[in-house]
Amino acid sequence: MAARRVIAGILAAVLLLALALVVLERGGPADDTANGVVTLNRGVGPEPETMDPHRAKTVQAHIVLHDLFEGLLRYSPGGDIVGGAAERWQVSDDGLEYRFWLRADARWSTGEPVTAEDFVYSFRRLVDPATAAFYANHISAVVNADAIVAGELPPDALGVEAANPRELVVRLRQPTPYFLSLLTQPPTFPVDRASIERHGDAFARPGNLVSNGAYVLADWTLGSVLELERNVHYWDDAATSIDVVRHFVTPEPSNELYRYRAGELDITATIPSEAFPRLKEERPDEIRTAPLLGVYFYGMNLNHPELGGKRALREALSLAIDRETLVEKVVARGEPPAYSFVPPGVDNYEPPRLKFEDEAPADRHARAKRLYAEAGYGPDNPLEIELRYNTSETHERIAIAVQEMWREVLGFEATLINEEFRVLVANVQAMEITEIFRLNWTGEYNDAHAFLNIFASDSSSNMFGYKNEEYDALLEQAAAQTDLSRRRLYLEEAERVLLADHVVMPIYFYISKHLVSPKVRGWRDNVLDYHYSQHLDIVDDR
Amino acid sequence: MSATSALGALGRRLAGSRVVVVSASILFAIALIALLGPLVSPHSYQATSLDERLAAPALADMRLFGTDDLGRDLFVRTTMGVQVSLLVAVVSSLVSLVIGVIYGAIAGYAGGRTDAVMMRIVDTLYALPFIFFVILLMVYFGRNFLLIFVAIGAIHWLDMARIVRGQTLSLKEREFVEAARLIGVRPMTIILRHITPNLLGVVVVYVTLTVPQAMLVESFLSFLGLGVQEPQTSLGSLVNGGVRQMEQAPWVLLIPATILAVILLCFNFLGDGLRDLLDPRGADR
Amino acid sequence: MQQRGAIRFALTRLLCAIPTLFFVILIAFLMMHAAPGGPFDDERALPPDAAANIERAYHLDEPLLTQFGRYFGGLLRGDLGPSFRYADYTVAELIGGALPVSALLGAMSLVIALAAGVAAGVLAALKRNSIADRLITGFALTGISIPVFIVAPLLVLVFAVRLGWLPASWASTDSGARLLLPVIALSLPQIAYIMRLTRGSMIEVLASDFVRTARAQGLDTWSIVRHHALKPAMLPLLSYMGPAIAAVLAGSVVVEQVFGIPGLGQLFVRGALNRDYTLVLGIVILYASLVIFLNLLVDILYGFLDPRIRHR
Repeated sequence: MAARRVIAGILAAVLLLALALVVLERGGPADDTANGVVTLNRGVGPEPETMDPHRAKTVQAHIVLHDLFEGLLRYSPGGDIVGGAAERWQVSDDGLEYRFWLRADARWSTGEPVTAEDFVYSFRRLVDPATAAFYANHISAVVNADAIVAGELPPDALGVEAANPRELVVRLRQPTPYFLSLLTQPPTFPVDRASIERHGDAFARPGNLVSNGAYVLADWTLGSVLELERNVHYWDDAATSIDVVRHFVTPEPSNELYRYRAGELDITATIPSEAFPRLKEERPDEIRTAPLLGVYFYGMNLNHPELGGKRALREALSLAIDRETLVEKVVARGEPPAYSFVPPGVDNYEPPRLKFEDEAPADRHARAKRLYAEAGYGPDNPLEIELRYNTSETHERIAIAVQEMWREVLGFEATLINEEFRVLVANVQAMEITEIFRLNWTGEYNDAHAFLNIFASDSSSNMFGYKNEEYDALLEQAAAQTDLSRRRLYLEEAERVLLADHVVMPIYFYISKHLVSPKVRGWRDNVLDYHYSQHLDIVDDR
Repeated sequence: MSATSALGALGRRLAGSRVVVVSASILFAIALIALLGPLVSPHSYQATSLDERLAAPALADMRLFGTDDLGRDLFVRTTMGVQVSLLVAVVSSLVSLVIGVIYGAIAGYAGGRTDAVMMRIVDTLYALPFIFFVILLMVYFGRNFLLIFVAIGAIHWLDMARIVRGQTLSLKEREFVEAARLIGVRPMTIILRHITPNLLGVVVVYVTLTVPQAMLVESFLSFLGLGVQEPQTSLGSLVNGGVRQMEQAPWVLLIPATILAVILLCFNFLGDGLRDLLDPRGADR
Repeated sequence: MQQRGAIRFALTRLLCAIPTLFFVILIAFLMMHAAPGGPFDDERALPPDAAANIERAYHLDEPLLTQFGRYFGGLLRGDLGPSFRYADYTVAELIGGALPVSALLGAMSLVIALAAGVAAGVLAALKRNSIADRLITGFALTGISIPVFIVAPLLVLVFAVRLGWLPASWASTDSGARLLLPVIALSLPQIAYIMRLTRGSMIEVLASDFVRTARAQGLDTWSIVRHHALKPAMLPLLSYMGPAIAAVLAGSVVVEQVFGIPGLGQLFVRGALNRDYTLVLGIVILYASLVIFLNLLVDILYGFLDPRIRHR
C-alpha cells in the first residue's frame, strides 16, 4: 500500500536527519585555530550593500572596505592621519595644490604595483555621472569635480593628474583644511581598472575584486557573512597578525549579543541598550565606549507656521527636555548630553554651548513655562504638535520620555508618530508635513563644517527650512580662510547664531559601543570609531 | 431554516460542550478584566516613572504586573494591549467575513462565467505573498492601526470566499432554494434570506479561527517594528518589548506572552469545539 | 480517458496561469512604486546632481509605465534585473543564493512537521476525547499560540548561550548542527496545523460507511487505519501542502533574522523596507509561480487519489 510506504519513508527520513544532526560535531572557527590560522569574528551590523568603494554608502560597507582597501592616507590605531598608499605628501602654501608620492611597494592583491594613474582613474570614476556614486561630491573641493558630477564637463577634466607613476597631483578650487581626512575614506579608494574592464558590474564580487589593502574578499554569503583573507601582496603585510577576518551580518543588536556571549563573535558592532546595566556588572572590561563624531537631535521644520514664527516656543521646547535624565535613565549607555550641535572632539574647534546648560532644572522649567506662555500657549490653548521618529526601540523610548517631559513642564500632549525609516526621511526632506522630527548627524570628516554646512540655506541637507543670512555669511567667510585659527572663529560664531535661533534640539552625542573579547589585542578607542582589522591581534591565553 | 432558529439550536448545543464553555468563559473573563482593570488601577498607561524602571510585580502601589523599562505600569498597559489586540483581530475578522461571505455567495450562486472570473481574481490575489501586502500597507497607512486591520481583513477574505462559494454551490441545489427561485424571488434576496443564514455554522467556525490568526499577524507586525503607535500598545508590542528584557526582567515577557497564548488557545479550542459540534458527521459521537 | 482529461485540465490551468501571473506582477510593481520613500533616500540628502545621476542609472527618472515596460521586457528575456540595493549582484543571483538555504530548512521542517503532525493527528483521532487526545491537541495548539519570535530567541538563549550545545548563528559553523534550532522553531507551528487537519479528517473517515464495513468484518483498528483510512484522510492535507510548501520556500523572516540565516524571507523583508524594487518583485514572482504551480499539482494529485473527482 502506497500510504504505508510513504509513512515509512517519512519516518526513516526523520530518523536519519536526527541522527545526522547528532553525529555532526560542532565545527567552525575553533578548527582554524588548531591549524595556526588566526581568525577574527566581527559583528558588522546590517548587511553592507556593495564592495565597490565608490558606490558604497553605509557605515557597514565602509567598515569592511577599510579592511580591503587603502587610500592615499589612512588612520593610525590612535586616530592620527598617516601615510597609506602614499608615503609622503606636500601641500602648497596657498592650500590649493596637493602632491602625493606613492610607496614603491604599494601593490594590488594581484601583485601589480599601485600607480598614480590608478588614483587618477579612480577619482575620475567617482565623479563620473555613469558611476552614479552616492558620494560623488565627496571631493567637490577638487577643480571641476562638481561640474563633472553635473554632466557639464567630461571626467578627464578633473583636477587630478599623474606627474609620474609614483607622483600624484591634486588641484583644489578653494582651500579645504579637512581635505587630507577625506583621502582616508572609501570614496577616494583606488580601484583596479583592469578588473573593472574585465568584469563590469560584477567586479566587486568575491573572486573578482582586486584590492590594495591588508585583506582580500574571499567570500560573501549574503545575509550572513563576508570573509576576508590576508593579502600577501600588501606592502605592510608583515605587520598584519590576523589571517582571516569574518564580518558577520548582525542586524539585530540583541541577537548579536547572543552570538557574542556564545563565543561566536570577538567584537560586536554595538551593544543593545537593555543589556547595558547587566554587562557593566558582568563584563566591565569588555565594554568599549568612546566619543563619536555624531549628534542625536530633534529638528524643527520652520515652514510650520507655529514653529517657524515663534522663537520663544522653540526655546521653550528645547528647555523642557531634560537631557541628563534622558541619557542616564532612558538611553543609559554613557552618552554625554548635548548642548551644542557640533560634538566635542572635532579638530580645530571648540563648540559654543546652549546658554541654559548651566541653569538648574527648576530655573530651566520656570523659564520654559514663561516662554511657552509668551508664545501664546497655556492650559486653555495647548500646543498641538507632531513628533516623528523612525521605527526603533531606542528612538521610541526617547520620544515617549520627551513627550512626558513636555506634558509635565509645558502641559501639552505631543502626538507621537512612528514611521518606517524611509518614510520618515522622505517626509523630513520634503519639509511639508513634518513638524518636529528625530534624526542624527554624523561627521563625514573630522571638521565642524561637516556639521554646520547642513544649515546653510542652499544645502541639500537643510531639512529645517532654516534661512539666516548672517549664518550663511559666516560660513562663507570661514570657507575663504586658509588660516585655521581664524577659520574656526567664524565657524564657532556661526554655531552660536544657530544655537540662539533654536532650530534644532541636540539631545545627546553619539558614542561608539562595542563588546571586545579579552582575546583581542590592539584595540584603541578613537573618535572616528575606526578599528582596522590589520591593527588587531588575537591572543588566546587558554 | 431561519437565522433565529439556527442560532437557537446552535446555542443549545454549545452549552453542552465543556471545551466551548470553558474557552468562552476564559475569554470573557480576560476581556472583562481588560475593560475594568484600568478603572481600578491608580496608574495611567502612558505616565513614565523613570525611577521605577523594570520594577517586579508587587501588590504594593498596585504594581500587579510590575513596570516596563520606562517605569510605565504593566498591568494597565497589558489591559490596554488586550483591548487593542482583540479589537484589531475582531475588526479584521469581521471585514474578512463580510467581504468573503458576500463575494463567495455571489460567485457560488451565479455560477458559470461570473463564478469563473470571480474565482480567477481570488487566485490572483492568493498568489501575492501576504507579508508583501502587510508591509506595504503599514508603509502607506503607518499612522492608523485600525485602518491597517481593515485592510488586512480585506486581504484575509480569500479563504472565506472560497469556503462560502463551495457551500453555496451545494446549497443552491437544495429544495428550498429551488422553491424560492420558482416563485420568482430575486437572486440577491435569495442569497441574503436563504443562502447566507445556512452558511452560519461554517462561517462562525471559520471566524473563531481567523481571530487568533489576526492576533498573530498583529504581533508579527510588532516584531517588524511596524506595530501600533506608542504610547498605545498591543499584546504584540508588549511581547516584543518583553523579548528584549527576557533575562533582566522575565515578567515583562512572561505576563503578556502568557495572556496572548491563553487567548489564542481559547480561540482555537473554541473554533475546534464549534466545528465538532456543528459538523453533522461528528454530531453522533 | 481519464489521463487525457487530466492532461487537458493541466494545460488549460497552465494557460490560465499566464494572465494571473501578469496581474500579480503589475499589482506588485505598482504597489511597490507607490510606497513613499525611494531606494536611495537617506538622512543625508544627496546633492541634486548626484541624485539625478543615480536616478538616471536606475531609470527612475522615466514615467512609471515606461519603467514597467522595461522591467517586463527584461522578464520576458528571463532577466529579473539588477538589485537596487546590492549593486554587485543581480536579482536572479540573490534569489539563487537564498533559495537553496530556504528550501533546505523548509523541507526539513516540513518533513518533521508532517511525520509528527500526522502521527499525532491519527493517534488523537483514534483516541478521540481521551486524555491522550486532549494532551496532544493541547500541545499542538500551544505550538501555534506562542509567536515564533518568542520561541526562536528563547531557543538561542537556552541552547546556544546558556548551555552552549548548539551554534547561535548560521554562519558560525558549517556543521549540520546549525540546522537544528531553526528547524525546530520553524516546524512547531506546522506540526500543530497538520495535526489538526489530520485529526479532523481522520475522524470523518473513521465514521464513514466503508470503515464501518471493514470494522464489521473484524479488521483491527491499526490495519483499518493503514489500509483504508489513511489515504482518504490525507486528502485535506494535500491542499494544505501546496500553500505550505510555497510559504516555507519563501522563508520565515523571524527565524532567519534570529539565527542570521541567508534565506529568502529576510531578503524579501529587507528588500521591501529598502525599496529594492526589483528584488522584491523577483521574490513576488517566484512565490506567485510556486503557488500557482503547486496548486495545480495538488489539483492533479487530487484527481488521482480521489476517484470521486473527475476533471471535466
